[in-house]
Amino acid sequence: MTVKTATQDGIPDGTDSSWVSECDYPGTLLERIHGWVITVDHKRLGIMYVLLALAYLLVGGVLAILIRAQLAVPNNHLISPQVFNRLFTLHGTTMIFLSAMPFIFGFANYLVPLMIGARDMAFPRLNAFGFWLTFFSGLLLYFSLIGGEGLSGAGTAPDVGWFAYSPLTSRAFSKGHSTDYWILGVMVGGFGSIATAINIVTTIITMRCPGMTLMKMPLLAWLYLVVGGMVLIAISPLTAAQIMLLLDRFLGAHFFDTQAGGSAVLWMHFFWIFGHPEVYILVLPAFAFASEIIPVFSRKAIFGYPVMVGATVAIGFVSLSVWAHHMFTVGLGPTANTFFTISTMFVAVPTGMKIFNWIATMWGGKLIFATPMLFSVGFLAQFLIAGLTGVMLAAAPFDWQLNNSYFVIAHFHYVIVGAIIFMIFAAIYYWFPKATGRMLNERLGKWHFYLFVIGFHLTFDTMHVPGILGMPRRIYTYEADRGWGTLNFICSVGALFQGAALVVFVFNIIRSLQKGAIAGSDPWNAWTLEWSTPSPPPSYNFATIPEVRSRRPLWDIKHPTDPDWNYE
Amino acid sequence: MNTLTAVPSFEQLPAPSISRGRVGMACLIVAESAIFIIFVVAYVFYTGKSISGPLPRQVLELPIAGTICLLSSSATITLAVRALRKDRKSLFGAWWATTIALGASFLFCTAGEWRKLIQKEGLTISTNLFGTTFYSLVGLHATHVVAGLTALGVVMIFALKGKVNRLHTERIEVLAIYWHFVDVVWVVVFCVVYLLAS
Repeated sequence: MTVKTATQDGIPDGTDSSWVSECDYPGTLLERIHGWVITVDHKRLGIMYVLLALAYLLVGGVLAILIRAQLAVPNNHLISPQVFNRLFTLHGTTMIFLSAMPFIFGFANYLVPLMIGARDMAFPRLNAFGFWLTFFSGLLLYFSLIGGEGLSGAGTAPDVGWFAYSPLTSRAFSKGHSTDYWILGVMVGGFGSIATAINIVTTIITMRCPGMTLMKMPLLAWLYLVVGGMVLIAISPLTAAQIMLLLDRFLGAHFFDTQAGGSAVLWMHFFWIFGHPEVYILVLPAFAFASEIIPVFSRKAIFGYPVMVGATVAIGFVSLSVWAHHMFTVGLGPTANTFFTISTMFVAVPTGMKIFNWIATMWGGKLIFATPMLFSVGFLAQFLIAGLTGVMLAAAPFDWQLNNSYFVIAHFHYVIVGAIIFMIFAAIYYWFPKATGRMLNERLGKWHFYLFVIGFHLTFDTMHVPGILGMPRRIYTYEADRGWGTLNFICSVGALFQGAALVVFVFNIIRSLQKGAIAGSDPWNAWTLEWSTPSPPPSYNFATIPEVRSRRPLWDIKHPTDPDWNYE
Repeated sequence: MNTLTAVPSFEQLPAPSISRGRVGMACLIVAESAIFIIFVVAYVFYTGKSISGPLPRQVLELPIAGTICLLSSSATITLAVRALRKDRKSLFGAWWATTIALGASFLFCTAGEWRKLIQKEGLTISTNLFGTTFYSLVGLHATHVVAGLTALGVVMIFALKGKVNRLHTERIEVLAIYWHFVDVVWVVVFCVVYLLAS
């Protein structure tokens, strides 16, 4: 690549007002809101996705704290059993569909075009459509709180659990319309996800800048390519199943009606054909953030790039054939149980490769423990443990003992909080300067990290134990003589720590937006294309479309005598 | 930090080798296929499990006329695209209108079939598992035909106003891919629902 002489002058950064993006265009409040509503800019949509996700993270967090308050002591009557059912249903649905999914799509929107040197996503209007579907799906779900009564005077919020097993969802057991709002909310959000996935895949395949072959893409783009493909294949079955459920509830169809010969197990299959790939849809973006952040804070190129790509694709394929490990206790028979045990354990192989590669990236590196790196290291350790309990649960006989116990709850919260949420926090600390032009406060960031790490381990390490002692999930209270009291109390105390950490985090965002240090275009001395743009980037991203010759184009520019392409 | 090399501006860049529209449509087809697979699986899984009649072999007849209409519409839409590529606008309009007519005839045949099933045979979506899975699978496909016809109709309006020309071939082709997909799905439905029944 021919390189312009490196001068500090003339380089646009966030302080140069002529480069400030349209986001900061001053106007009346109404004009500015209107600008955000009608936008098709991938960066604005990305920011809106992340803000939406953050809002629902707080909502879901409040629900979780209420659940933990109820379970803190035995024989508690703070919350009634009916309300408890609604709490855990809304908590699960909110966290998966309205927090985690918008987070990963927000980052995809914001980062993918910038990292592959494109000016926008392939279909900007479809992109806006996807966001607004997600937005209104949340309103549909929460509308059940005021409109769920329907005519029959039943529940005011969905209470069927986030996987909504039949026959709980039939008219006989779910009166009123709260379950209908749940179905519609999840289904509409699914349409939004499919629209966005079409966009992500198309963008990555057709919009890469000159010189960026598939094997020169940042790993984040590779991981999102696989995530996009998985969303297309995995979310659609959920949509199909929700259509069937609507037909059952409104037109008297019998898909999941056992009295007419229908099958409740079929719903379980359809749900988990979506449900298990969904875990990987959520965790692969966490891998993507780790694969970008760990090298930068280790000051080394990622170890084993081709292996990382291969492992990602392998995870994508294998994870589509593991769903029935959620159904070992159904009685599918030894053949099915054996198949799903083996395929589930096999997923651990490519995942293990990734963990080794991240550690090898850090090995001998010049480690910088800024907040994004702290969260990444937390992710590495916690994801390893989450994976190990996953391998334990993959063994069908072990699962027979612990299915639907708090051990399972502890396991999947280790994945979703310990891995995914940790990496989402890391990603926010890492890319916040790019999106806003200001750094998040490091001191508050460390408070956030340590409070959250303490809270996380208090809650979820401890939670394994009552599970092994036999405490089932979804019970609203328990007797004192079970011996689960102290353990549950510790779990609840941990939830308070996590809540406090979230408060620090939100305070940090609000404060740093006004008073944070000016970031400049490349505060972390990183290597991927988004850091070559001003912070925040202008609406067109790149004044001239970049051309790359290696996986780390900015390294090549910063080190013209020792460019990366000599080694790739 | 310096900027990256100046390369020709966006407009001067060579067009991407793969069109966005085709990749996007391919992705949509992957997602739609997954939805259809779930409905087909449900149909096959419940075959012979209805606890009351009527059964498929008692009431279903091969929808020959509708099938011929829909499959031949795939040919006419190809001819329409070919005409557009050569910029023969009136020929394009004629083939396009034929495609819409064939698609509408297919829907008409389906409507007639459903009318007979509901009124004469008394089979509705809530009668038994066969009714449940039959109407939802065939209905899901018919919904896609309606969506396709709507899109075709929009193009037809533009064509009648003389606004469709050779430059739009790419977009029209992407729409044609969707129409072919709807046809292929019908072949699957035809085999699973009608051939299996007889």
